[in-house]
Amino acid sequence: MEKFITHTGTAIPLRRSNVDTDQIIPAVYLKRVTKSGFEDGLFAAWRNDPEFVLNKPEFQGASVLVAGADFGTGSSREHAVWALQNYGFKAVLSSRFADIFRGNSQKAGLLTVVLPQEQIEAIWEAVEADPKIQVTVDLEAKNVRYGSVTVPFAIDDYTRWRLMEGLDDIGLTLKNIDDVTAFEKKRPAFKPETLPVRS
Amino acid sequence: MSDRTKMGKTLAEKIWADHVVRSAEGEPDLLYIDLHLIHEVTSPQAFDGLRLAGRQVRRPDLTIATEDHNVPTLNIDKPIADPVSKLQVDTLRANCKEFGVRIHSLGDAEQGIVHVVGPQLGITQPGMTIVCGDSHTSTHGAFGALAFGIGTSEVEHVLATQTLPLIRPKTMAVNVTGKLKPGVTSKDIILAIIAQIGTGGGQGYVLEYRGDAIKALSMEGRMTICNMSIEAGARAGLIAPDETTFDYVKNKPHAPQGAEWDAAVAYWKTLQSDADAQFDKEITLDADALEPFVTWGTNPGQGLPLNANVPNPADIADAEERGAAERALTYMGLTAGTPLKSLKVDTVFLGSCTNGRIEDLRAAADVLKGKKIAPNTRMLVVPGSARVRLQAEGEGLDKVFIDFGAEWRNAGCSMCLGMNPDQLTVGERSASTSNRNFEGRQGKGGRTHLVSPLVAAATAIRGTLSSPADL
Repeated sequence: MEKFITHTGTAIPLRRSNVDTDQIIPAVYLKRVTKSGFEDGLFAAWRNDPEFVLNKPEFQGASVLVAGADFGTGSSREHAVWALQNYGFKAVLSSRFADIFRGNSQKAGLLTVVLPQEQIEAIWEAVEADPKIQVTVDLEAKNVRYGSVTVPFAIDDYTRWRLMEGLDDIGLTLKNIDDVTAFEKKRPAFKPETLPVRS
Repeated sequence: MSDRTKMGKTLAEKIWADHVVRSAEGEPDLLYIDLHLIHEVTSPQAFDGLRLAGRQVRRPDLTIATEDHNVPTLNIDKPIADPVSKLQVDTLRANCKEFGVRIHSLGDAEQGIVHVVGPQLGITQPGMTIVCGDSHTSTHGAFGALAFGIGTSEVEHVLATQTLPLIRPKTMAVNVTGKLKPGVTSKDIILAIIAQIGTGGGQGYVLEYRGDAIKALSMEGRMTICNMSIEAGARAGLIAPDETTFDYVKNKPHAPQGAEWDAAVAYWKTLQSDADAQFDKEITLDADALEPFVTWGTNPGQGLPLNANVPNPADIADAEERGAAERALTYMGLTAGTPLKSLKVDTVFLGSCTNGRIEDLRAAADVLKGKKIAPNTRMLVVPGSARVRLQAEGEGLDKVFIDFGAEWRNAGCSMCLGMNPDQLTVGERSASTSNRNFEGRQGKGGRTHLVSPLVAAATAIRGTLSSPADL
C-alpha cells in the first residue's frame, strides 16, 4: 500500500447524500478480476448527464472528493474504492461514511476524512466559487486546509500510523501468528468444518 | 462495546470475547473467524494477493465457496454466454482448486446464494464469527452468530490468517414488541425499522433484535431481518439462539453429532444478553401496529405502509432529506400524494438472500395458487439455492408459479443486483423481495419498490402494489 502523509490537489463538490456503492460503481462493472481499470465505471449512470459535476471542465483533474452524508452505503464491494482511486482520487471528505466502505478505503490507502456537515458545506462553497482552489488533506497534522481555512479532523492513531507507513495488515498479523495457532488449539471440537464434505 | 467488568454482557460482547486472539492497548482486537464464505465477485483479487506474496489459505477447512452473484438463472447446463462473466466464474473455480477450497458450482445441488447455502448445510451455527465479501453476511446473525460483510482486502486477510483486526462495535437493542397481524411479515418489521432509524442509524453498532415478535419468528423470518441490518447502516445484526434455532440446525449435514451436539447446545444456551447487560442504545418497534411496508424512494430508509401516499418532499423539515426525497421522486417517476397502491408494476421479483428461501416461496405460492398473473406483468421466481429449488419442486411449488404465469428460474442473486442478464430496463417498475432500491440497482434506469413475498405475490395478481388483504 502506498504511504499517505499529506496530499494537495483540487476538489470536486458532490452535493448528494446516501451515495451508495451501486452508484459509485454499478454491479455490471464488477466482472473484472483485477484491481485496475474500474475508472470507467465510476458513477457510471450519473456520468451520462453532461451536467454531472464530474463532467464539468472546471473540475477535471481533481483528486479530493467532497461528498454528502452517508457516503459508501450498501454493498461491501471494494471495487468502489478501487474505482475512486483508479479515477485519481486520493481522499474523500464526508460528514458520515458507511462502516464497510470506510474500512475498505483504509485497507486500500484511500483516505476518508470525517468533517462536520457545516464544514463540508463550507468547502463545497469555496470550491464552487473557485474550482482551482488547492485543498490539502494532511494526515500527519490531522487537518484539512484550503485558502486561509484550517479544519482539524479526528482519526484513530492506529489507522493513521498504518496509512502513514503504508503497512499491509496481513504482514502485521503474521508477526503474531503464534497467537493464532495457540487460539486454534483451544477451539471447541463442536465448531463446524467445511471439509470433509458431509451431506 | 466498552469494557464493563461488573455489569452483564450483551450477546455481541460474549461472542466477541470468545474470539479475541490478541488484544493490545491502542490496537484493534485480532478476532478469530470461524467460517469464511466466498463467491466469484469479491475474491479474485484476494487470491491474486496470496499468490503474489507466496501465501496459502490457512484454513481451507473453515472456508467454502459458491457461485451466485454473476451466474445466469437460465440455460445453466450451457457455458456462460458473457465471456467476462465466464472468466470471473472460471477464475473462482481455478482459485478454489489451486488453494484446496471447497466449491459448489453451477449445476451442483448445494450451489446458490452464499447466505442461503451456509444455513442449509448447517455450517452456520450459534456463537460463531462468520465473514464473507458480501454485505448481506449479516443474514447469519439470525443464528446468534456474529456475522458481517468485508471487502476484498479483508477477504485476503482472512484467507491468509483466519483472523481480522477489528475495532469493537457498539451495541443497540432493537425491541420488537407485540404480535404481527396476519399478512404482516418479518420483511415489514425490518423495512419499518430502517424507515425509523434511517440508513445511517445503525452505523458503528451491532443490532440485537429482541422481543416477543422476534421470538415468534421462524429461522427464515429471522434471517430476513438480520439480512437487512446493513441497510440500516449496521454491519451486523443478531438474534439470540433458542429452541427454534436448535431445531433448525439439528440434523443439517454439518451440525454437531452425538456428544458434540450436547456440548454445543450447552454452550449455545449461554448465548443470551445478560439481564443486567447495558446496550449503548435501545429502540422499540410495536409489531401490533405494523402494516405491510413498501419503499417509495431510492434508499431502503424511504419506506411507508402500503396504504400511504407518495410523500411530499415539501413536508420534510431536514434539508438534506428533502433534497434526497426530491431526487428520489424524480428518479422513481412519482408524484407526491399518489396512493402507493395505485402504482402499476411491470416486474415482480421473488428471490434473493433476503427472501429466496423455501418459506418465502411457500408463502407467495399460497397467495398465487389457482390465479393468473396480471396482464403486461412479468414475474421472476428465483430460488435462493439449488437445494431450495429442488425442495420447492418436490412440493409442487414450481407448478403453482408456472401455472400462474411466472418464470421459474435456477438459483442465484439474479435481479437483486442485476449483474447477470436478469435486469430491469430503463423506466421499468418492480416490486422486489430483495434488499436494495438504489438507483439502477436492478438494471440501469429501473425503479425498485422493496416488498415482502406476500406483497410481491398480491402485486403480481393485481398488477399494482397490493397486499393479500386487497384480493
